[in-house]
Amino acid sequence: MNAQTLSVMALWAATTLYSIAMLAYAVRFSRMAEVQGATKRQSLVTAGAPTSPESGTVASQPQPPAPDRALGIARATMLVGALFHMLGVGARAVEAGHVPWSTMYEYTITGSLVTVLVFLGVQARRDIAYLGAGVSGLAAVSLGLALSVLYAASTGLPPALQSFWLIIHVSIAIIATGVFAVAFIATIAQLIRDRYESVSPRPEGRLARGAHSLPPAAALEALAFRLNAVGFVLWTFTVMAGAVWAEHVWGRYWGWDPKEVWSFVIWVIFAAYLHARTTQGWGGRRSAYLALVGFVALIMNFTVVNYVFQGLHTYAGP
Amino acid sequence: MAREKRISVDNYAVAAVPRLGWSGWARWFWRQVTSMRVALILLLMLALAAIPGSVLPQWPQDAAATRAFIEGNEFWGPVLDVSGFLDVFGSPWFTAIYLLLFASLIGCIIPRTGAHYRALRAPVSPAPRSLARYAERRTLSVPDAQAAMDAAAAMLRPEPRWWGAVTGYRVRVDHRQGGDGPELALTADKGHVREIGNLLFHVSLVGILMAVAMGSVLMHRGQAIIVEGRSFTNAVVAYDSFEAGALFDPASLSPFTLTFDSLDSRFDTDGRPRSFQANVTLTEPGLAPWSTDIQVNRPLQVDGGKIYLQGNGYAPDFTVRDSDGNIAFAGPVPFLPQDSFYTSDGVVKIPDVTSGPQLGIKATLLPTAIMDIDGPRSVHPDPANPVIFFSVYTGDLGLDRGIPQNVYILDESEMNPVHDAAGDVAIVAIALGDTVDLPDGLGTVTWETLPRFVALDLRADPSLPWLLVFSILSLLGLGLSLFGSRRRLWLVAPAASGTTVVTGAAYAPLYDETLGTRLHQVLDAVATKEQA
Ligand code: HEM
Repeated sequence: MNAQTLSVMALWAATTLYSIAMLAYAVRFSRMAEVQGATKRQSLVTAGAPTSPESGTVASQPQPPAPDRALGIARATMLVGALFHMLGVGARAVEAGHVPWSTMYEYTITGSLVTVLVFLGVQARRDIAYLGAGVSGLAAVSLGLALSVLYAASTGLPPALQSFWLIIHVSIAIIATGVFAVAFIATIAQLIRDRYESVSPRPEGRLARGAHSLPPAAALEALAFRLNAVGFVLWTFTVMAGAVWAEHVWGRYWGWDPKEVWSFVIWVIFAAYLHARTTQGWGGRRSAYLALVGFVALIMNFTVVNYVFQGLHTYAGP
Repeated sequence: MAREKRISVDNYAVAAVPRLGWSGWARWFWRQVTSMRVALILLLMLALAAIPGSVLPQWPQDAAATRAFIEGNEFWGPVLDVSGFLDVFGSPWFTAIYLLLFASLIGCIIPRTGAHYRALRAPVSPAPRSLARYAERRTLSVPDAQAAMDAAAAMLRPEPRWWGAVTGYRVRVDHRQGGDGPELALTADKGHVREIGNLLFHVSLVGILMAVAMGSVLMHRGQAIIVEGRSFTNAVVAYDSFEAGALFDPASLSPFTLTFDSLDSRFDTDGRPRSFQANVTLTEPGLAPWSTDIQVNRPLQVDGGKIYLQGNGYAPDFTVRDSDGNIAFAGPVPFLPQDSFYTSDGVVKIPDVTSGPQLGIKATLLPTAIMDIDGPRSVHPDPANPVIFFSVYTGDLGLDRGIPQNVYILDESEMNPVHDAAGDVAIVAIALGDTVDLPDGLGTVTWETLPRFVALDLRADPSLPWLLVFSILSLLGLGLSLFGSRRRLWLVAPAASGTTVVTGAAYAPLYDETLGTRLHQVLDAVATKEQA
């Protein structure tokens, strides 16, 4: 079996495993919702009194998640999926003979890998299993699309890409994208939870119980912000490194090429998001919408912009 | 007093405002411009305003496409052109948005810097009278209040002090009269690094803008096409095109000479480019000539700028004899590549014929020519089987009209193609090294050699180092500002001897999930110390 076949097979395996992980996370999530729904109804009957502010520490100890087969399956499939994913990306690098991020196909397989790794990294430090369905779903969809639509056999690098800056600039761009992607899922969770919290009395029903089992909107906001902040710093670096590279290869650091326009637009949207968080009346939901818009622009930047607009970055195209 | 009146943008309480007078309005306007909300709106406008620049063709990026767009859209073309949508980043409205944004930024930085400087010098404010309103709270019973405070202060106070005052907690301990008698109160305050980073970031943005502005008035760039074996001397007139900022001094160009010796190019079998390397000899004034090369990703650093390899192609070398047998033209002519197989078009203008009308030749070079059902075409950029097809024009080239002409285009207004016996435009094929007769006995053409040409770009922008410095500073400031935390921590205990209860509380203006952990750590440290 050559590297090309190995890469494609490993990536299909990862896609399948991520799909299973997504289902398992979803099952676990709805179970959690049921369990919590039950305990909530129970606690309403028995005690009903919220913890009083006088009771000292409010440090909310996360309740240890109930032992759950679905969660075990989800975690295991996601982890094994990530291993296959790494194998697939690695084999592609061997096959191509250069870093695996010079075409849209390569960018997508590597970017989705980073998304999964960011999720696993954060997961190692705190329980964010509630984002698992979103992240594994996103990874499965983007990998599947990459394999079925974007696939292109590897070719050598054109002269303009034969640069150390390809490694720096594009790898940081991909990592930023992965971080923003997890932040995107967290923001969606935040908006769901926020809607739930803003309705009183608290709605009942399956979906509402799902929202109930999410952490408070403020905590989700904090998580999304942390990730978006990391993503923003990385993106700032990406844009700057891109300018240095452009100066190197084209002789100008900034030329308002469509790709550059969109990188700038993304940067400004996330800067606006950071300002909105601290502007009266814009915190919470409104700034969350801005973060979503920023992520959509990020995806546009390497889909629509590659396909539709002509520019110097055309080799990034299909 | 108008000055005292607070205007809220939220509820538009404008009606309640007394008459302001123009200075009042100016102040009101300034306060609006420097408000966070307006900064936010301006940022959003900036993002929105940039988008048309990627959707519509733009003059500075692609003049030909823009012209075609205007001609192709009778109504919208001119309308969009006049309103700046075809040069978004030079348009008055885009400029207005970013200048307002930077005005807002500066108006924001100056007072914040002052306020922060004062805050850094001011002592830490004492602990609040009551800690009851803080959610993050914990109590601990200790045998000795003073020892507990000392232990906490020792743990929180950073080393060395001067640095810690910026990055860590600033601590104060008071003996004071509390509600229930004398008490000890400790305050620990941290968060300056965040504000300093934030200011550094925003100041660096202003720096970046100023560096860009400086670059645009001091820069210069020029393009030159050099044929293999020929030289180029750096002077404004030697460039095919040249542009410079308003403050550029043409006399500052260093008169170096660059000779283009040869081009190494590699292509895949399917014609995809692998590498280009222009081998050149550089002679700088007062220095011995030295051989070096320019590659796509490796510009050549010369005195006063960098030289980039922007393009390359073939420049077939012809000798043209007129009908009297005299040499009417000799030399290489750059042909512009039209596709990835270097199918290249060129024009030879021959004004100096001994008798009869002037001659013009429109030619197409196929580096690796093959014949198939679609006719001749090139299948590889390398010159494996170079063939040129050309047609001949006679008439007036229009070179004497004093209007600068494009060397790649034949002005056909006063010229007519030569036809063959069947009445079609006569097309002649020629292979490298051959001599062929021009139709109608107009003379002969000899294709002598097939040298390469390179398109070089010299650019100099003295603002680049500044740009780099401010970019790095802004990145640093951003990191400090986004990852620095802002917290306050208090411990209060009755100043009685013997066992007392210490109450600890912590507060962060932004959501901070490890805040509680930190409070626990401090109290744990106190407890451990007590036991030891
Ligand atoms: C050129 C336009 C601007 C850009 C690109 C920009 C960018 C940013 C970014 C990325 C942040 C978040 C990182 C940080 O906390 O340092 C930020 C924060 C901040 N900006 Fe700006 N800014 C701009 C203009 C302004 C203006 C005009 C103001 C004043 C009205 C302002 C006030 C602030 C403040 C107060 C923060 C701190 C928010 C916090 O504490 O999290 N900025 N800015």
